[in-house]
Amino acid sequence: MTSETVQGIQFDQVRLPPEAQQLRAEVRTFLAEEIAAGTFDPHGTRESDGFDREFSRRVGARGWIGLTWPKKYGGHERTFLERYVLTEEFRVANAPTRGHFVADRQSGPMLMKYAGEEICMDVLPRICRGECCFCIGMSEPDSGSDLFAAKTRAERVDGGWRVNGTKVWTSAAHNADYMIGLFRTSAPTQENRRHGLTQFLVDMKLPGITVNPIPQMTGSLDFNEVVLEDVFIPDSHLLGEVDMAWKQATSELAYERSGPERFLETFYALVELVRLLGDDPDLRGAESIGRLVAQLHTLRRMSVSVNGMLQAGKEPVLEGSIVKDLGTVWQQKLPGRVRDLSAFADPRSANIVSFHEQLENAIMIAPKLTIQGGTTEVLRGIIARGLGLR
Amino acid sequence: MTDTSDISSLIAESATRIFHDRCDPQAINNAKGVCWKEPLWRDIEENGLTLSWVDEERGGAGVGIAAGFDVLYVSGQFAIPAPLGETMLAGWLLSQAGIAIPSGPMSVAPCTRQDRIFIDKKGALSGTARSVPFASETRHLVLLAQGEEGPVTALVETKDCNVKEGTSIAGDPQGKFSLDGVTLLAQSALPPDIGSDVLMLLGAAVRARQIAGGLQAVLDLAVEYAKERIAFGRPIGKFQAVQHNLARLAGEVAAADAASGSAADAIHHAKCFDEAVFLEVAAAKIRAGEAAGEGAAIAHQVFGAIGFTQEHILQRYTRRLWAWRDDFGTESEWAEKLGRRIAAAGADQLWPILAAR
Repeated sequence: MTSETVQGIQFDQVRLPPEAQQLRAEVRTFLAEEIAAGTFDPHGTRESDGFDREFSRRVGARGWIGLTWPKKYGGHERTFLERYVLTEEFRVANAPTRGHFVADRQSGPMLMKYAGEEICMDVLPRICRGECCFCIGMSEPDSGSDLFAAKTRAERVDGGWRVNGTKVWTSAAHNADYMIGLFRTSAPTQENRRHGLTQFLVDMKLPGITVNPIPQMTGSLDFNEVVLEDVFIPDSHLLGEVDMAWKQATSELAYERSGPERFLETFYALVELVRLLGDDPDLRGAESIGRLVAQLHTLRRMSVSVNGMLQAGKEPVLEGSIVKDLGTVWQQKLPGRVRDLSAFADPRSANIVSFHEQLENAIMIAPKLTIQGGTTEVLRGIIARGLGLR
Repeated sequence: MTDTSDISSLIAESATRIFHDRCDPQAINNAKGVCWKEPLWRDIEENGLTLSWVDEERGGAGVGIAAGFDVLYVSGQFAIPAPLGETMLAGWLLSQAGIAIPSGPMSVAPCTRQDRIFIDKKGALSGTARSVPFASETRHLVLLAQGEEGPVTALVETKDCNVKEGTSIAGDPQGKFSLDGVTLLAQSALPPDIGSDVLMLLGAAVRARQIAGGLQAVLDLAVEYAKERIAFGRPIGKFQAVQHNLARLAGEVAAADAASGSAADAIHHAKCFDEAVFLEVAAAKIRAGEAAGEGAAIAHQVFGAIGFTQEHILQRYTRRLWAWRDDFGTESEWAEKLGRRIAAAGADQLWPILAAR
């Protein structure tokens, strides 16, 4: 009762159940073995694209992809809270999950909801085995936050659709087996400018698709331009209803928004700060660490709560947006705070070299954290709508 | 400790009804003088709210820690100008020490970082207590004194303490007094698993929960106002700049609620006040205190000049948010303590500590 209000912002008290913490221990052991075997560097400078298909296969073999999905699709019918724990541990360890993470988080659930049974039976088990990387084809040169300005056209042809246009900033497209693409199938109507867009499952090996890398400012190769020229997509790859993508996009947002990746992206900078300041920091260091830890603890409690509510069949869309807004702004500001607090650290400290490397990387990735997957401005508009202001 | 959400919601409903009838912020703001005080306290006491944390065998309601925190959340929603949280804390301390609970409003000390109260073998008290909420309006004060063999709960009469009255930033009474030579009514050692920091800890959790309730009410008020207030030809809530400010306010409300709710839940389920409880409570007081500051600032910006007047109820909330964040340790004080523990545990323990919650 306590948190119920007119606006309905409510965070249920949710604790991670024993089976989730048990899974955490298993994941830590697995990751320690992978690190020992040299699969990835937990303190790496994060310039790689985070893609390692063999690693994804081993994660799949453990049964850790599609954890919450039905068994008939290769899933394991476990809980969102267990998935939450998995995501946390992989993030904190800097594990290369790009080969399966997006498919696991949103593309798979999207297919289950809107694709035909045949597609589901074909694609989902491959995702679960770590063999299927997805990218998201939303942004275009003239359509970023304003998704409904998308121009890439899908025209009806015999037996399917012919697609022409260009997607940009498409993360992982160069490694992806499939894209979930958002294409224009009709003009927007006078009453609804969101009308006329349709989602499709696109096999990235189809003729007519060219992927051009767009190097990021960090040096990392993640962004791509995806050019689609007369690409034929069969009817069976249509997702949901023609022209109605705007209705389909919103329901999955609570899943996409509220995960631990929304506040743990620069966490390593905090860990290294604690190491740098040592076991007996000065007053400023101690107070600042305390505040940062309190803020992070709070974000975790909120995120666990949202995942628990999802597990209970609720739709905490507003709460999920709030977690992402607070979390992404926090993880963006963190490197700057860490920089301030490290200013007077002893230059002879043991970890100072790696500290500066990690900090530089965190500072450089920070700007993207409040852009990807929905900008702060868009999120706050959504929250304002939840408050009844729009 | 048995508790169901049914009990919790029943008690919270009854608290809502009492506060609605007896301390509606608008009614109190309109009232001349303090005629509302006596009926408010009478209803609080007659309905057993003050005894939420006192066991049934000591005449209490025995509703459990969680239900008590729900009452405190509701008290925050009404910017309560009475020592309910303080009396609940006093009742808890007396109950733990096995001392009978007197009737009437109570407060507790010490409730700042600097203060220490001592009790010697003969039962003589010494020390000073500052910033004690509502001290002058209470009948009894409950002290957590350092005895030679551990923490001791001591009960004294307020009239014996020569309270020097002041006010908090909220305008509520706040007193300072010296314990030197004050006569005891009762004293008893606390159980060995309860440490001398327990009052600051529980007090911080109380204030964090009240802040969360207060902020929720502030958000409701601000959103309502933004929908009604017309400027430049439309409701100000239609302007994106205002919408984004209110979205940030919602974030602060959510953070305060999640952090303080988690701390309350942790205390409710804890077998003892261990490191985990410390982390939860410290984080809650820090984050709720930060939210109080941010949230009050945003709300005032939304309301403009009218919110800066005495006649508007916004100040009843924002001034209490500022007062509550000061009580039982500020954000800075808790952060320093928490930061030292994290640093002492070391960088490689940071994630395991966080992930264990």
